[in-house]
Amino acid sequence: MTGAGDRRPVGGGASRGAHGDPILTLRGVGKAFDNGVTALSGLDMEIRDGEFLSLLGPSGCGKSTALRLIAGLSAPTSGVIDHARPAAERHSIGFVFQEPTLMPWASVFGNVHLPLRLKGQSRRAAEPAIEEALERVGLAGFRDAYPRELSGGMKMRVSIARALVTRPSLLLMDEPFAALDEITRFKLNNDLLALWKQLGCTVVFVTHSVFESVFLSTRILVFRARPGQVAAEIAIDPHVPRDEAFRTSADYAGMCRRTSQALAAAMGESAGGGGLA
Amino acid sequence: MPLVVGAVVVVAWDLLVRLNNLPPYVLPSPEAVLATLVKDWSVLFASLLVTLRITVLALLAAVTGGGLLALVFASARIVELSLFPIAVLLQVTPIIAIAPLMLIYLQPDTAVLVCAFIVAFFPILSNTTMGLNSVDPNLRDLFALSGASRLQSLLLLRLPAALPYFLSGLRIAGGLALIGAIVAEIAAGSAGQGSGLAFRVVESAYRLNIPRMFAALLLISLTGIFIHGALSLLSWLALRRWHESALDPGR
Repeated sequence: MTGAGDRRPVGGGASRGAHGDPILTLRGVGKAFDNGVTALSGLDMEIRDGEFLSLLGPSGCGKSTALRLIAGLSAPTSGVIDHARPAAERHSIGFVFQEPTLMPWASVFGNVHLPLRLKGQSRRAAEPAIEEALERVGLAGFRDAYPRELSGGMKMRVSIARALVTRPSLLLMDEPFAALDEITRFKLNNDLLALWKQLGCTVVFVTHSVFESVFLSTRILVFRARPGQVAAEIAIDPHVPRDEAFRTSADYAGMCRRTSQALAAAMGESAGGGGLA
Repeated sequence: MPLVVGAVVVVAWDLLVRLNNLPPYVLPSPEAVLATLVKDWSVLFASLLVTLRITVLALLAAVTGGGLLALVFASARIVELSLFPIAVLLQVTPIIAIAPLMLIYLQPDTAVLVCAFIVAFFPILSNTTMGLNSVDPNLRDLFALSGASRLQSLLLLRLPAALPYFLSGLRIAGGLALIGAIVAEIAAGSAGQGSGLAFRVVESAYRLNIPRMFAALLLISLTGIFIHGALSLLSWLALRRWHESALDPGR
């Protein structure tokens, strides 16, 4: 399961048998915190195998809470979360936080080693997987650097490498690029799409950026706040090539406008004012 | 720059003594202090070793005791809540007030050691406990997602996160251990016991041997500076690769 030769089929096509089947379903899920805040109520959604799903919504709409529930980091106060496969057959989950969340006392190598180390793999045994993960995010030469010595974008790449090193079938990302400048963000968007195609994993991506969600996703769930629920679902043709031409195309602008309107409607505002910048 | 300031102070001190023709029993000149330091070196050096030994032993005991107790505190909140007030009580009661009691219960050497330990113990306990509880919540989630055991979380996450706090507590404790040792020695010395540097200070005062008093004080200060320097070096060596406190300000 952790060997370097364990390469899953390339995603993006209809060739895989299980492709598109739900791997995780949330039904009537609610989450209330001890301080009385109800973050989610009656949330229904599913995650389909191989898709790139974005959870889009304003701050405080419960999308990050939903991601934590999906990860199993907290339990819902009502409703059920159904896994298509029993726990033993599930692949591990990769999680990328909003901040890089690296251990400052460990080198890049040590940070990427962490998930495997916690599963009992020695440095030597884990080295090929670590080198491969670092290569995938373009940090092959930085294994001995410390987080302090890296830029914000590079730290985020290390964080992604750490999430990929266990070869997860489900990659959860909580606004990972929100704190980065636009140039770095576009670059990481492109690299993330390339990784997703190579690895064929399922990605759930939390964002508050309409443009980012349309550029990356095969499906967008627009959240409304207080209480957090899915307000709209937007499907985006997975076969459209996501390149710089797409980023400036009329199709892309149209989909951004539709998504903006859905978001504005979810936020209870008039859709007319939500034009594009 | 600090060297220049130091030199100016010494020269001013020398001038003050010369111009006013102050006798050595009021204020000895710097040369007189140095001469006494050389002349009485065998006595003073033996006393220095006594004080240094007590300070180092007290610091080691404080590191062991404070560190272990911090681990216990961090493992269960109820233990921290029940025992922390006792630690605070020991900390806020001036050591000079506890020392006479210790001297009744314990041998003088042991009493001095215990006093130095009591003052050095608290900053290590308090800082290490805080450090062990100051883990990035996202990293804690990451460890939980990866199925980390309690021991793995402690060794790979909480201990490294606590290290800067511990080292900062250690630097404070180093200075306090010396102060505790000196204070307790004075308490013991006035009862006619002990032979550490503080005892030499008190003894010289009785004999109005002011130059030797200055020489002993100088040695105490130098010991304090040495301890501080050594612990700062240790801290820098441990943190230089990753912690903000060890950053080169020129970067």
